[in-house]
This record gives sequence, C-alpha cells and structure tokens, in this order.
Amino acid sequence: GDPAITEMQPWRRNLGDPIDDALYGMPSPFEADVIRGRVEWLTPDAYTAINFTPLHELDGIITPNGLCFQRSHAGAAQVDPAKYRLMINGLVERPLVFTLQDLQRFPRENRTYFLECAANSGMEWRGVQMDGVQFTHGMIHNVEYTGVPLRSLLEEAGVKTAGKWLLAEGSDAAAMSRSIPLEKALDDCLVAFNMNGEALRPEQGYPVRLVVPGWEGNMWVKWLRRIEVGDKPWHHREETSKYSDLMADGRTRRFTWEMDAKSVITSPSPQAPVLHGKGPLVVSGLAWSGRGTIPQVDITLDGGINWVKARLSGPSFDKSLHRFYYEFDWDGRPLLLQSRAHDSTGYVQPTKEALRKLRGVNSNYHNNGIQTWHLQSDGRVENVEVS
Amino acid sequence: EPLGLGRVAEPDEIAAWDIDVRPDGTGLPAGSGSVAMGEEVFVEKCAACHGDFAEGAGRWPALGGGLDTLQDERPTRTVGSFWPYLSTAYDFINRAMTVGYGEPASDDEIYAIIAYILYSNDLVDDDFVLSRENFTSIRLPNEGGFYMDDRIQTEHPLFTRPACMKNCKDDVQIIARVETAFIPAEMNGGGTEQDHLAIGEALFGQCRACHQIGEGAQNGVGPVLNGIFDMPAGSNDGFGYSDAFAMMADKELVWDFDALDAFLKDPQGFIPGTTMTFTGIEEDFDRNALIAYLQAQGP
Repeated sequence: GDPAITEMQPWRRNLGDPIDDALYGMPSPFEADVIRGRVEWLTPDAYTAINFTPLHELDGIITPNGLCFQRSHAGAAQVDPAKYRLMINGLVERPLVFTLQDLQRFPRENRTYFLECAANSGMEWRGVQMDGVQFTHGMIHNVEYTGVPLRSLLEEAGVKTAGKWLLAEGSDAAAMSRSIPLEKALDDCLVAFNMNGEALRPEQGYPVRLVVPGWEGNMWVKWLRRIEVGDKPWHHREETSKYSDLMADGRTRRFTWEMDAKSVITSPSPQAPVLHGKGPLVVSGLAWSGRGTIPQVDITLDGGINWVKARLSGPSFDKSLHRFYYEFDWDGRPLLLQSRAHDSTGYVQPTKEALRKLRGVNSNYHNNGIQTWHLQSDGRVENVEVS
Repeated sequence: EPLGLGRVAEPDEIAAWDIDVRPDGTGLPAGSGSVAMGEEVFVEKCAACHGDFAEGAGRWPALGGGLDTLQDERPTRTVGSFWPYLSTAYDFINRAMTVGYGEPASDDEIYAIIAYILYSNDLVDDDFVLSRENFTSIRLPNEGGFYMDDRIQTEHPLFTRPACMKNCKDDVQIIARVETAFIPAEMNGGGTEQDHLAIGEALFGQCRACHQIGEGAQNGVGPVLNGIFDMPAGSNDGFGYSDAFAMMADKELVWDFDALDAFLKDPQGFIPGTTMTFTGIEEDFDRNALIAYLQAQGP
C-alpha cells in the first residue's frame, strides 16, 4: 500500500498550528517557490525596477495581492494614510483637497481589471530570450478594485470647458506623472483604495492608486497625490522618452495607451513542465484585451497549422483576464503549443512576425504577439519561435 | 450634484505640489544656469549614474549623443537624439532626479544641468546660458519625430480578418530558441560570463574618475587597480594611502572576493575613514559583475 495512506502522517497524528500563529495568513510552506521574480540585468538597481508575477503557478483570473508584479521608479513608497491627501487643481471651478476618508464617502464601485505593463513581453521583441512565462508575460496582474469613479471627483471640483487633459501624479520619490485625456477619465477610471477586498498593498500604491482600465500600467499612477486639469498634454518623461514606440522608420508613436488583445499558455510552459508523462493533459492559459472582452481563444498543438477553440472558464469581465483551458490526450510526441485571443472588437491576436513587419524591432512596448512553447517528449518546455 | 466633500485647496498648497512643466513653458520657475556651472553640478550630482559627459554608466541611461541613430539596429535614445521637448528634462529632473537619488537642486542648478546636457549633445556652445526667458526657443532635433498612436488605422484592419483554423500553413519549423539563457540570476548567475564582464566593465565607469586599470594605468586620485584581486590591501608602494587604509594593510587584509564585496557594498562602513568617497553598490549582482571584471583584468 501507499505509505502516504498506510502510515499515519504527522498532520493526522499531531495537532495543527494554533489559530493565533497566522493573524495574517500565509501560503503553505510547500508553496514557498511561488514568488515574484526579478531579472537583475533588466533595470539599473532595486529602486527603479520590476519583478514578475509567477503566472505558471496561478489559476483562475484573480492574482493574489502578494504576487502582483511590482514596478516602481523610485522604490515602493510607504505612505501614512493619516497624511494622505489628493489634490485636484488646474482648470476646475474649485481646486479641492480630499483626505482618504473624504474619498471613501463617495459612492463606491467594485470592478475587476487587468493591469499590464506596456513593456510586458518587451524582452521578446528581437527574438526569444526568457525561459519562463513569468518573465515573458509576467508584467500583468488582475485584481478586483474598490474605488470611486474619477468622474465623481472631477464633478465635485467642476471641470472648466477648456479642460481636456489630466495630469495624474504620484507622491513617491519619482512623483510619477502621466497625461490622460479627459474623455477616458470620465469614462471608466477609478480612484481605488482596495484590491481583492483589502487595502492596496504598498507596492501597488497604498493608500490610493489610479485605475485606468485597459490602458498601459504606467498610467495607473500609484500613491496618487494630485490630478491637474489642463488644456493640453504634458509630454512628460514617461510618455516621451519611455512608453513611446520607436518604429523601423525612426519615427515614434506616442500615447499608445490601449493594450491590444493577447493571450499566453501559462501551463505547460518552461517553468511548468509536464511531469506526468503521456495521457490526459490540461493546457491552461490567460487571455485579455484592453479594448473589451474575450469571446474566443484558439489553441494549436502544431505551431499554427491547425487550430481548435479553447474552453473559457470563469467570468468574462470587460478589460479583465479570462481563463481558458484545453484538455486532450497527449501521446508524448513533441508539440508546438500556441494560443490566440479574439477580442470583442473582432481583433485577432497577431504573430510576433506580423508585428515586427509593421513596427521593426526597436519599439520595445506593446508586444502582443503569439507565444510558442515547444513541449518536448520528456515533458520539458522551451521558449521558441516558429516559421 | 456635488456632494460637498473635500475642501478648497489653499494657494500655498497648490504651489507646493504644482511642479509640472509643459512644452509651452508653463510651470517653469524664474532662474538661469550656464554650461560651465552645469558641468560642475552635473559632475557632482549626476555623473555617478549618467557619466561625466552624460554618456551613461552601467545600465543608467546616456543623456547625450546618439544623433541620427533612431533607425539603427541599436538606437541610442538620449535627450538630444530622441526626446521631443526640452521641458520634459526640466520637469523630470525636478520631479524625480534631485530627490530620492540626491540632494534637491536649486532652480538655477536645474537650468545649469540642462544647459550642460544640451552642450553634451552639441546643441549649444560652451558659453550658453539657459533661462526661463530663452527656454522655449530651444527646439530638440526629434520634435517632429513623434506621431499619435495610429494602430486603429494601420494595424487593426490587418488583424480583424477571419482567423484561419485548418491547414493554415504547409509546414512549421523552429526558427529560434533561447540560446543565451537569460533567466534570473538566482537560477543561473545572471547571463553568460561575457555579459557579466561587460556589465562589470560598464559599472567600472563609476570608478574611472579616480582609478585606472589595464595597460599603462597610473596612480591618480586612487591607486591603479591592476591585479587588485587577491592582492594585499595597501600594497601599492607608489600610492599614498589614507591612515585608515594603512591600518587595514597592517591587519593583513587581502582583497579576496569577500573583502572586495564587503568594501564595494559599503566603503565607509568596511573601512571607516577611507578617503574613497564612493557610496557603494547595493546590488549583489552588480558587485559580482564588477569584481569579475576586476579579476579578469589580471596584474
């Protein structure tokens, strides 16, 4: 018999941990390898830096708060909520200051959105480089936010007719700043204070961050301290020097806000090899679009010769991650696995080659090309590109 | 209907936070600074990361050079070659560069730093003085190189065609695989040995102001570092060491990996009283790379 059954295990013989051992609960010690990971050569130091969500270890559509990838430009600020202030100034009838309590007196909304860094998959623009979905696609997380519509705050201040743009600004040492068109602010932006039920984590902007659904993560200003209304964009560093897309002809697209439809198989993948051999195999993955929902995801096992529809499971929220599965009987032969997202606008996720043909290889940002994983007979998976 | 929440922002509060600067000059404070003043301020406050001549150091960006490289295989995107507006430099330096990483700079110092950056890009002469008055007259070469996102017009029509499901191509070959395993340092040490040395060499840029290394190297502000790896501390006879260093020599400190690592992490902490003003390298990976580079130089 199986000693896991026939022999009494310590968790059966002994009492478990007392209830007071984990007043803020932590994952099982057996899950200690499920952590955010950093690529040290990518950024100059640990303050203007990024780490990556371990997508290969997760399922469903919600990213646990402690595993949401982190990007900051001057470290993660630790803001005292008692000294938190949000100012609205510029082209408004009444320049206002709100405390955190003031914000929480506006009618609240709960909405689930993905946040993807514009540079997600950027390391793959010139060719395959990263051996793991955590590093090829892990600059993304999906969270249920509680907050108040930015529209409510702007209405409270009264935007003047000349006001067409906002500057959102953080209170950290980088004072992160981005220009946002007023139309988007009035449409669906949130000023959020909770994520997945609890207060925002410091590295996600505690106590207040901006939520800019479907648009690149850099605009979701953390530690939000100020909204200025103006008549023109500001052309600040993070929307000129960075987060702009250099094309092959030497010209540069700016204000590339929306994240186009994209998908990736999270398992199997290089960090999640197939350890069980041939037979029933579950392919699990994520799809999303900054322009709507995902009605369909296709899967290929042969590098794109033939495609089948994957099965979507879980809620299909606007501008949120969608979970897909494809189950089949693996005969142990090498496979070239890909997924392809369709979004509600009719857009179909393109190949990397199609994007390179249009943009060249210097654009860095907004790489939503199809990812290929080579599943080998021994169950190992490698990052490849195919003809 | 307003709810009457919040309170009116006071003028001094708005003044304290309203720091943004726009391309039309809105937000620029009164002040001015010369290229000559800028060079002094830059060397003191900026050069540790951006190089004495704004050429960059380690993975910190270059701010000068790179003109006409935007169609190259590896473009160099600097204030001169890439940025559309000079106002962005004022805004960003004031907002993010002179806090956190350094001491707040005065308005005049920021004008001077920008004058020096313009000079390092050959956009002004060495007697140039930048001020609020002449700021918007400076136009950067790539201002016309930016255009509004046009993906909806140029890309989406191509990608909204019906997707092929069966027999979409004749054959599939693997055409690229991960050759240099760029997986995280904790998994493989952070790239190939060659990458490691290249990063170390780049990091050594921060040391070059005082230390020479390689053929023909001579003692300067700091001693020659040829063969420093495994060398007894303070053993360069031609160099006048600080008392603190001489004491370490008496204690027979040898510059093995651990000693170099500890010293480079916190120079003043490891050898209190050292005259080396460098503040240290926090990142383990960076120190490893720099030490690997020092070791590779040989005697």
